[in-house]
Amino acid sequence: MVGVEGSYNDKVVRQFAVMTVVWGVVGMLVGVFIAAQLYWPALGFDVPWLSYGRLRPLHTNAVIFAFGGSALFATSLYTVQRTCHVRLLSDKLASFVFWGWQLVIVAAAITLPMGYTQGKEYAELEWPIDILITIVWVAYAVVFFGTIAKRKVKHIYVANWFYGAYIITIALLHIVNNLAIPAGAFKSYSVYSGAVDAMVQWWYGHNAVGFFLTTAFLGMMYYFVPKQAGRPIYSYRLSIVHFWALIAVYMWAGPHHLQYTALPDWAQSLGMVFSLVLLAPSWGGAINGILTLSGVWYKLRTDPILKFLIVSLSFYMMSTFEGPMMSIKTVNSLSHYTDWTIGHVHAGAIGWVAMISIGSIYAMLPRLLGLPKMYSIKLIDTHFWLHTIGVVVYIASMWIAGVTQGLMWRATDPENGTLVYSFVEALNATKPYYLFRLGGGLIVLAGMLVMGWNVFKTFRLAAASTAPQPVLPPNAADARA
Amino acid sequence: MTSAWTWYVVALTALNLLGCLWLLRGNIKRSPGDPKPDETGHVWDEDITEYNKPLPKWWINLFYITLVFAVAYLVWYGVGTMKGYGHWSSRSEWATDKAAEDARLDDTLKLYAGKPIDQLAKDPAAVSIGRAIFNNNCAACHGSTGHGAIGFPDLTDDIWHWGGTPNRILETIQEGRHAVMPAWATTLTAQGGPTAVDDTIAYVLSLSMPDQPKDAVARGEKLFAGICSACHGPQGKGNQVMGAPDLTDSYWLYGSSKASLHKTLSEGRQGVMPAWKPVLGDTRTRLVGAYVWTLSPHKDAPPAGAVVAE
Repeated sequence: MVGVEGSYNDKVVRQFAVMTVVWGVVGMLVGVFIAAQLYWPALGFDVPWLSYGRLRPLHTNAVIFAFGGSALFATSLYTVQRTCHVRLLSDKLASFVFWGWQLVIVAAAITLPMGYTQGKEYAELEWPIDILITIVWVAYAVVFFGTIAKRKVKHIYVANWFYGAYIITIALLHIVNNLAIPAGAFKSYSVYSGAVDAMVQWWYGHNAVGFFLTTAFLGMMYYFVPKQAGRPIYSYRLSIVHFWALIAVYMWAGPHHLQYTALPDWAQSLGMVFSLVLLAPSWGGAINGILTLSGVWYKLRTDPILKFLIVSLSFYMMSTFEGPMMSIKTVNSLSHYTDWTIGHVHAGAIGWVAMISIGSIYAMLPRLLGLPKMYSIKLIDTHFWLHTIGVVVYIASMWIAGVTQGLMWRATDPENGTLVYSFVEALNATKPYYLFRLGGGLIVLAGMLVMGWNVFKTFRLAAASTAPQPVLPPNAADARA
Repeated sequence: MTSAWTWYVVALTALNLLGCLWLLRGNIKRSPGDPKPDETGHVWDEDITEYNKPLPKWWINLFYITLVFAVAYLVWYGVGTMKGYGHWSSRSEWATDKAAEDARLDDTLKLYAGKPIDQLAKDPAAVSIGRAIFNNNCAACHGSTGHGAIGFPDLTDDIWHWGGTPNRILETIQEGRHAVMPAWATTLTAQGGPTAVDDTIAYVLSLSMPDQPKDAVARGEKLFAGICSACHGPQGKGNQVMGAPDLTDSYWLYGSSKASLHKTLSEGRQGVMPAWKPVLGDTRTRLVGAYVWTLSPHKDAPPAGAVVAE
């Protein structure tokens, strides 16, 4: 039996891993419900807290910060211990991070349907919850960086650079964007106004995508892809170049959310060119992951976990190509405000983010429970196909819907120069694709339920009390005094 | 924006782009002492290692191309107060596009200028343009089929609160209307006691639906004669000069439920049709009028071209 100091703190990792699945199911269920509302508006039942406008932020917050967040906490706290060869800095603080974050999620799930919102996308939560988030985040940073500080290896593994950059940047983004003057317990006014407020919001919004949904999940990729493939990372040099380029350039891309608005032209131009410069750094991470498989491609035939990880990287490449293209002013004038944007976001969110998370959880869970593998590999494969098909149906229907909307909104009659279609006609043309989108969402949700069952059965297989896992000694050559 | 801020932005931008270039160039060649491409140096967590393979050539070139494009684009389109070599601005782009569309539109519209709407309604091309204008401007309140909604008149029937002659309809569209039903709760109750509002409702309903409680109707009739008839007329037939609806037909702008009528009488209503001439101009309001004219059956309409006293 190993002592506490000589073992990893896997309790907090297990807790976050389970909540990843729970919040994944909840967040996607809300998504499916509001997708159904767009097709059958009567599903709001005239109940205010079931209205689309209140449930939509609940959906986005649940999948990004509850599902994605839990996956990031679980994997980062797992990875930092394994690659630093040391137990977490503090068990109490780690436990506080878990319960604090769950409290944030529950507070969001209550206040958003009640209509409390700052009206800032992905930053809807009101000021008391924002303060709680800040406290939990600082605790998380202390646990993470404290663990790095007491590491037993000389070199900090690349996954930890990405997790570290994400933790620091999210703190900065969250605080700057949420600066507000409270006007009551659940009401506040942003300290910014007008175009400045819009710019700060989208500086935050795009970097929430860039650091929460990209940088952090690249950290996940850098641990679980080589681990699952059993191969060395393709290139250390590539990881240096794309890491620094990615975190430097992402900071500039926000204005592409405000093309052709009151934002000054030159700021829009900067947002566009830096989004294009971002293409190579983004792809750098993807190719470093995908080429890690060279020599073991055959493993994709038998290992559905590896399929999740590699297909997630394909979706990552696709959406980081699509994003820069959509930031080009000419393209943006067609795509902006249409469902194309919704399709793009979901290519990133359920293609890249969800698939890398799901693959990593499947890879990590048996190791956390002292089991050789998940309860059923076949069910992982079933989940993989359900998820992939669901994502493709979703994205394709939103592409068609979005381009249709963009073209119909701008169509003028060449004979007489008047607008050809009214808004409602474009909406009518989009309606069938809303049904396809709902179908895609349902298939993805079905896959999450398969995962829930598989995770439940895997926990049942595990011994009642899982023995703590001993901290592995570092390789002698890499050990740090 | 001062030029100091412009230089600040230019400097930051240059720093970032040059930083990318430096980072890329610095790592294309392996520095002496670094692990060889196929060497795995450090080990983490038992078996995680890294090769140090060269950056893919196509990827390096992709990075270069985007950096060159970024500089060229910013030089052409400008940063801060420094105008680009292309002299582009979103405002001028919009103005150019709008001028071109307006010129095309003028060619189209001059065919229809100044014509009465009932005459335009006979020209299918005019009605088709009118329909497009209606869908993009009027449908938000009157519905895409013109059937209206609670508070927004149905345009497909033959009931016209402000008059159904071609000129009156055009005037409604061009200048807008503001219909005011005052709040009568206090006055009615003072004159007819606590049931006054309900009594008046009973009388008003009896004008189109005779099956109402007799005593309430009798009480209401007196109140109506004293107060409501000023606008709605002694027989309740309304007054198109001030937009007071005819109360003897079966159409209820705010719904016919007792609750809605109670609210109308007690709290009043404000019906606003915006003026569209400043937005659409003279000819387009005529075209939309022509389309609206085709929606209604005009059973009571005078023959086209007849002179109507207004």
